[in-house]
Amino acid sequence: MILQVEGLGKRFGGLQALEDVTFDLPEGQILGLIGPNGAGKTTLFNNISGVYTPTAGRVIFRGEDITGLKSYYVARKGMARTHQIVRPLKELSVLENVMVGACFGQYDYKLGKAKEIAHEVLEFVGLESRIDQLAGSLNVGQKKRLEMARSLASQPNLLLLDEVLAGLNPSEISYMVEIVKRIRAERGITIIMIEHVMHAVMNVSDRMVVLDYGRQLAEGTPDEVSQNPKVIEAYLGDPKLAEKLMASGGE
Amino acid sequence: MSIPTQTKASPPSRTITAVLKEYAGLLIPIGVVLFIIAWPTITGKDISREAMFTVLLSIALASSLNILLGYSGYVSFGHVVFFGLGGYVGFYLMSVHEWLLWPAMAAGGVSSGLLAFLLGKAILRLRGGYFALATIGINEAIRAAINNFTPFGGPVGMTLNFQVYKNYGGASEALWLSFYTLAAMTLIVITVSYFVRTSKFGLGLLAIREDEDAAEIMGVIAPNAKTWAYVLSAIIPGVLGVLFFFKNGSIEPLPAFRLHFSIEMIVMVMLGGQGTVLGPIIGGLGYQSLRGFLLTSPIFKNIQLAVAGALLLLIILFIPSGIVGWLRKRVPALRRVLR
Repeated sequence: MILQVEGLGKRFGGLQALEDVTFDLPEGQILGLIGPNGAGKTTLFNNISGVYTPTAGRVIFRGEDITGLKSYYVARKGMARTHQIVRPLKELSVLENVMVGACFGQYDYKLGKAKEIAHEVLEFVGLESRIDQLAGSLNVGQKKRLEMARSLASQPNLLLLDEVLAGLNPSEISYMVEIVKRIRAERGITIIMIEHVMHAVMNVSDRMVVLDYGRQLAEGTPDEVSQNPKVIEAYLGDPKLAEKLMASGGE
Repeated sequence: MSIPTQTKASPPSRTITAVLKEYAGLLIPIGVVLFIIAWPTITGKDISREAMFTVLLSIALASSLNILLGYSGYVSFGHVVFFGLGGYVGFYLMSVHEWLLWPAMAAGGVSSGLLAFLLGKAILRLRGGYFALATIGINEAIRAAINNFTPFGGPVGMTLNFQVYKNYGGASEALWLSFYTLAAMTLIVITVSYFVRTSKFGLGLLAIREDEDAAEIMGVIAPNAKTWAYVLSAIIPGVLGVLFFFKNGSIEPLPAFRLHFSIEMIVMVMLGGQGTVLGPIIGGLGYQSLRGFLLTSPIFKNIQLAVAGALLLLIILFIPSGIVGWLRKRVPALRRVLR
């Protein structure tokens, strides 16, 4: 198990944002994390990656308890993430943005080596022609790919992807889905992805966790989840919808 | 990666050009400063030495501040506190314990660095305006404390016995000595600034400046990086405080911790271009030239600080990246040369 989340809870004053979330993630899997808006998906990411300190439960990463560890130490243990709302380092070049990821990730690379890695990763995500451009001048789709490149440059063991498909057009979505698949296939990186583009996440994930109002509604394979009556009721609404989505994703 | 093999095969003259190109970001600033240093000798006038002393002091202080303000994006409004505190510590050692200038300068730098380290742990967790306010508060607090601290002479301050300058070959020689010591310190701070800017540590600072949370997610240990940037930016002002008041012959709380001096440093950094090595040099030179003009002009002489304030406002409104930043943006070819 690369990641074990045990009874994780997070309370903000009177609001219970997460309650008793428990799941295991074996190495090499892609876990889809879905749920309606406000279900606590990003909050879960923030608690796993050290942005927030959980108020209950434990996070065990590669056999080590990292509950409440600061985000920069979590990053150095081999966990990387992207942001739902992109956060480029605007006044730095695309190359420099990605070098930051390589320099301060778990391998602590020197600038020269970081530059090599950055070139390789930028080619992987298809941004090699934008290397000298300032990050702030990229469009949304390119910024999403930049986020991806930055997190990959740290050569993580676990990658948390927060809605990398949101705001992309259909051709960009299929390009990005391909990248996600290749990350696992070619680099063996374990992935958790939060996603609203249902056919894509169902198509890519090995397993899924469904959150609703901070509670874990269901867990299982995409098939199991999409047929779970609780999930259908709370999230998908129309029982037939799930089949339609699976069909369109399987092409 | 075909570039290294090309340089290997080419004649040595091209290798030299390649090195010059690579280090242009350091060599241009050094060249400008060397020219300023040589100016008094070129003109042969003592008055231009005094003018260039002020310019070099501005450049060195602005470059120090730039390590924090320009690279990590934290605005230290009360940076003069390091100049004043270092100056006081060094001056005390020279006047009461008869230390020579150089060890006293070192002591001034160490005490300012130490203060920055302790402050960094305490107030660098504040962001934006709150940090800026805290730095002003600290400057005022330390000034008030020294005002009431009898070993440092309280509100009257301290003076150096004129005999002290005999150790350096007389008062006139001491003035030249101060000038060349300042020149050396300026070259050092610019070199440090360049190597910070082009290092991995510097890349981490730039990441913090752009988005501190995102930087932390990528593994930049922001609290440590910020603290070291603060310490680095405080040491040279501490050293220069000792030199300045040594040359001055006396020290008092008010001139040592004058807040508007801090603001002038910020203006210089912003004018030249924050976050660049060359920027504070251009800014220091430009601001002091302007100030020299304003002080001698009958219309502006009484409102020269107001003009500085207006200048800061205009820079922030129209060229927030300063002269060098603006040039880098407009002329992409310069990005490789101007750091």
